[in-house]
Amino acid sequence: MGRSALFGSFIGGNNPASSTGYAEHPPRVGFFTDTSVCIGCKACEVACKEWNHVPEDGLNFTGMSFDNTVGLSADSWRHVAFIEQPRRSAVNDAGESDCGPGGKAEMRWLMSSDVCKHCTHAACLDVCPTGALFRTEFGTVVVQEDICNGCGYCVPACPYGVIDQRKDDGRVWKCTLCYDRLGDEMEPACAKACPTASIQFGPLDDLRDRASARLAQMHAAGVAEARLYGHDPNDGVGGGGAFFLLLDEPEVYGLPPAPVVTTSDLPAMWGRAALAAAGLMVGVAAMFVGVRR
Amino acid sequence: MSDSYYGRPIIKKPVWEPLDIAGYLFLGGLAGASSALGAAAQITGRPGLARPSKLGASIAAGASLIALIHDLGRPARFFNMLRVFKPTSPMSVGSWLLSAYAPAAVAAAASDITGIAPAIGAAATTVAALAGPAVASYTAVLLADTAVPAWHSAYPHLPFVFASSAAAAAGGLAIAASPLAQSSPARRLSVVAALSEVAMSRRMRVRMGLSAETYKQGTAGVLTKVAEALTVAGAAGAVLGRRSRAASAAGGVALLAGSACTRFAIFHAGVASARDPKYTVIPQRESLGV
Ligand code: SF4
Ligand code: SF4
Repeated sequence: MGRSALFGSFIGGNNPASSTGYAEHPPRVGFFTDTSVCIGCKACEVACKEWNHVPEDGLNFTGMSFDNTVGLSADSWRHVAFIEQPRRSAVNDAGESDCGPGGKAEMRWLMSSDVCKHCTHAACLDVCPTGALFRTEFGTVVVQEDICNGCGYCVPACPYGVIDQRKDDGRVWKCTLCYDRLGDEMEPACAKACPTASIQFGPLDDLRDRASARLAQMHAAGVAEARLYGHDPNDGVGGGGAFFLLLDEPEVYGLPPAPVVTTSDLPAMWGRAALAAAGLMVGVAAMFVGVRR
Repeated sequence: MSDSYYGRPIIKKPVWEPLDIAGYLFLGGLAGASSALGAAAQITGRPGLARPSKLGASIAAGASLIALIHDLGRPARFFNMLRVFKPTSPMSVGSWLLSAYAPAAVAAAASDITGIAPAIGAAATTVAALAGPAVASYTAVLLADTAVPAWHSAYPHLPFVFASSAAAAAGGLAIAASPLAQSSPARRLSVVAALSEVAMSRRMRVRMGLSAETYKQGTAGVLTKVAEALTVAGAAGAVLGRRSRAASAAGGVALLAGSACTRFAIFHAGVASARDPKYTVIPQRESLGV
């Protein structure tokens, strides 16, 4: 067992499979989701539901553009966000949008397929008391549904709001990065189904190279607002196994701008709790000193 | 205002039931601090103070375990909690702690009441007194070790709020249930802990940044105010109750209720801070320097 199998991923190195204790393992894999070519077809959402037998979770009308899925949940492991916004260039200094020809505001439509980030330092995995959440040999994070007791601790621990409890079942569910398909050397269902290669699957190192090339290409083409999100191994979660090319600030897509794995503060938290426990014990004892009977 | 995706939350709010989990925080605190108080009372020859504290600890420990198990999505799988030991999971650490503490608390009370096996009773009293304060304070880490802004950003102070709140509850129970002649230490504890609970809670809210707002609004806001009022009233009751059983009982009940309200206020503040994306987005943007 490796050091971080005992002390948690936040202390481990940057290859999560090796720091978990896999002596030999395949390369770490992940997703690069290039949102600039997403057409909002939701093939990824459908493919994921079909392959993984994810149950229906309500056919609602939300009024949120074309998005009736609303967000990632126990029953939505891919979620395509739709954002209608005035083009930056069409917004004047007062914040009003200018009208283009024909009286129509010039707008752009952002679409982005979100998914579990399979964090290098995964809070969900760190806090899971049963060991139901585990690190696979591919460096991904998966729930073992035969172990999970539905304590729900992973749910508020995830800094991205990914993992959630399925109410009628009691356990938690999320993207497995198609663990069953990986074992058979097949790519995950969403990446397979994506018609525009917005979702790209592969070894993480390759994806990072591909993403920086794509970013350079977009910047050269004048798309200055293009940026990568979740690609940096030095960010608060050690980088995601799934990362993105975005065309606006992360929070516009419902993503946290600078998430940090909560367990990075855990040693300090334990220290404070130990101090408080000692204070309580000494405090109680002190109340008995010098009291007349 | 910061941008957001249709105002939707960024993190998921806890799926825990307030009654189960805030109740668990309160009961665990009451139990843990009562075990310490009970042991000290026994050592200093105050059986009338020791007995209600030990009995209260064992009942609260049992009830807290029931609340914890009731909240699981799969209660029948409770024992999976003891499948592994993970220092990175406060819930794992807490489960192991409770499995040492709860049987000791129950054995200490049972032996005290029945008079059976006093040697085992004394050992159990010691174990419960040593583990109890940890049971009372680890729950602060349980909440703080999440992405919930109003909990995580409170982590430096939350254990001290919890320990004070636990001590105030234990003091309250003891002054309400033990004879006046033996309850002086519990009375002192009540006053010191109540003042410390109020002071620590205020200090926490001053230091925690933006999400402190959630302790001042809505359900959490009301509960915070009620908790403070009850706790201060309870401390007054503890002082006035030196010669009056009725005042002691009223003060004790106020302290218990105040401690419970503190836990529910913290629970609800956390939920409110998870619901509104601004508590996640604004501090994170500030951390980026934008
Ligand atoms: S995104 Fe959330 S659920 Fe996915 S690995 Fe990271 S912490 Fe876990
Ligand atoms: S709900 Fe299941 S997967 Fe999540 S922390 Fe609890 S046991 Fe682990």
